[in-house]
Amino acid sequence: MTDKRFSELAADGLWHNNPGLVQLLGLCPLLGVSSSAVNALGLGVATILVLVCSNVSVSLIRHAVTEAVRLPAFVMIIAAVTTCIELLMQAYTYELFLILGIFIPLIVTNCIILGRADAYAAKNPVLPAAVDGFMMGLGFALVLLVLGMLRELVGQGTLFANMHLLFGPIAADWTLVVFANYKEVLLVILPPGAFLFMGLLIALKNLIDNHIKARMAARDDVPVAAGSKRVRVTGTIN
Amino acid sequence: MAVSPPISSPHALGSNRTRNIMLQVLLATLPGVLLLTWFFGWGTLINILLAGSFAIAIESAILRLRQRPVAFYLNDGSALVTAWLLALALPPYAPWWLVLVASGFAMVFGKHLYGGLGQNPFNPAMLGYAMVLVSFPVEMTSWPVWRGIEQLQPALTPTLGLIDGLQRVFAPASLPTDGWTSATALDLLKNNSALTLDELRAAQPAFGSMAGRAWEWISLAWLAGGLFLLYRRVYTWHAPVGMLAALAVMSLLFWNGSGSASNGSPLFHLLGGATMLGAFFIVTDPVSGATSARGRLVFGAGVGILVYVIRVWGNYPDAVAFAVLLMNLCAPTIDYYTTPRTYGHSKPKRGLGKVDQP
Repeated sequence: MTDKRFSELAADGLWHNNPGLVQLLGLCPLLGVSSSAVNALGLGVATILVLVCSNVSVSLIRHAVTEAVRLPAFVMIIAAVTTCIELLMQAYTYELFLILGIFIPLIVTNCIILGRADAYAAKNPVLPAAVDGFMMGLGFALVLLVLGMLRELVGQGTLFANMHLLFGPIAADWTLVVFANYKEVLLVILPPGAFLFMGLLIALKNLIDNHIKARMAARDDVPVAAGSKRVRVTGTIN
Repeated sequence: MAVSPPISSPHALGSNRTRNIMLQVLLATLPGVLLLTWFFGWGTLINILLAGSFAIAIESAILRLRQRPVAFYLNDGSALVTAWLLALALPPYAPWWLVLVASGFAMVFGKHLYGGLGQNPFNPAMLGYAMVLVSFPVEMTSWPVWRGIEQLQPALTPTLGLIDGLQRVFAPASLPTDGWTSATALDLLKNNSALTLDELRAAQPAFGSMAGRAWEWISLAWLAGGLFLLYRRVYTWHAPVGMLAALAVMSLLFWNGSGSASNGSPLFHLLGGATMLGAFFIVTDPVSGATSARGRLVFGAGVGILVYVIRVWGNYPDAVAFAVLLMNLCAPTIDYYTTPRTYGHSKPKRGLGKVDQP
């Protein structure tokens, strides 16, 4: 019963129904670990992996699980996948694993994942479910990354510091010192900064949406044909 | 765009228009500003000048962005008052970028994101102050020493000259970093665990006869300015009296004598730190405070209690900004429960039974 094309899935996940900016789901990790780009990227990638794997698994078993027990089954699948990702991160990116701490196991409780499993993957074949999971995860990860970059930039004056935690020794000198001798802005590094910048990002998205809507409306606004007999009875006459 | 928004009828020119009130508030701060300048040199005036010009520049930029008439809104003086009060709250000789961040945050996040003057749930000046206090603790706790300290402690030199002051603000790296600041009395009292109050007073010149040396006189100057505003009926007595009374009661209850565990006398708390500035210039903000007379009394009392709680058991030596912001959050609830009753009408509707429609 796939009723959406892949491009629609992508547009939904990345923009129209973005988990971070529109559904406001998963705010806890979004606000908790977005203090720098590397933290944000680490958790973003982990969330994408969990989301894709859980969507695929849920979609595979969608005919075998009854309506009544579907939620426990989904949660078990998500928990299992999250545990796998956690162990992988522990093995390959140990320092980042230590920094992200509780937020990695907390991916289990991220509403986006259960939400997509129940709302989409449980009703659709494997491939669309995987694409949906990837796009939703990507949308979440991008918001997380933008938030992390903004907070790192304003809070510490750098970009992509400590990227070697994620990419190994190659990335050791990826740090961009944007402002030298920058005074750390503690408020931005602390959780309140996440709320402030999240609000600004949502406002920016709404601004862009309104702008697009106004442009569309202006394009569709066909002028009334000459000789129209309609008489305006309300409103102001320009 | 240049047209002013309509001012509703009647068209009589009252004496209590926004601009008039704002100018009187500025006038009332003058004794305090003079004393601050006497004790600490040019720092306060530099703060006022910087914060004022930053705030007006930012306000006009945002008004333009929001497509509002710039001259009309600038003319009401509210941006200047916000910046002025913020400048008085910041430590003299705060670095210029700190003043910029504080006044920018106050204007953008404290005021215009909510819709401008009259719509802001928080006191903009206190929001700007709290933001920089959380973000830049080192700069925000660098309180300069006052005129006369060098006779008590030769190692310290007050910054009094204009050139020195400008250097402190714009190029602090070229000046020695020690010897121009000292801990405030509130700070010393908070961190004291071994000395009795008399020993502490003898050891630290920061303590004056009533509260912090120099600061006690500045507090009295704020008090004088506040009494002038009360006399001019710019605001009523409810909020300031509520705050001062609650603070006095709290500090009396938890006074704890003069031993090392003392939390300070009531007089110390009333004349120490930013109490008087807060009581007469901050909690009286008509926008972010409660509305009715009883509401203002409750609002002020809440601020007073919170100031004491944070000062004595919290992490910060002074607490007016945080207390005011926390009570700003409570103001709608206070208004809800303290709506005055019109004489001759039915019983006041209180609590959960209240409905908004008549």
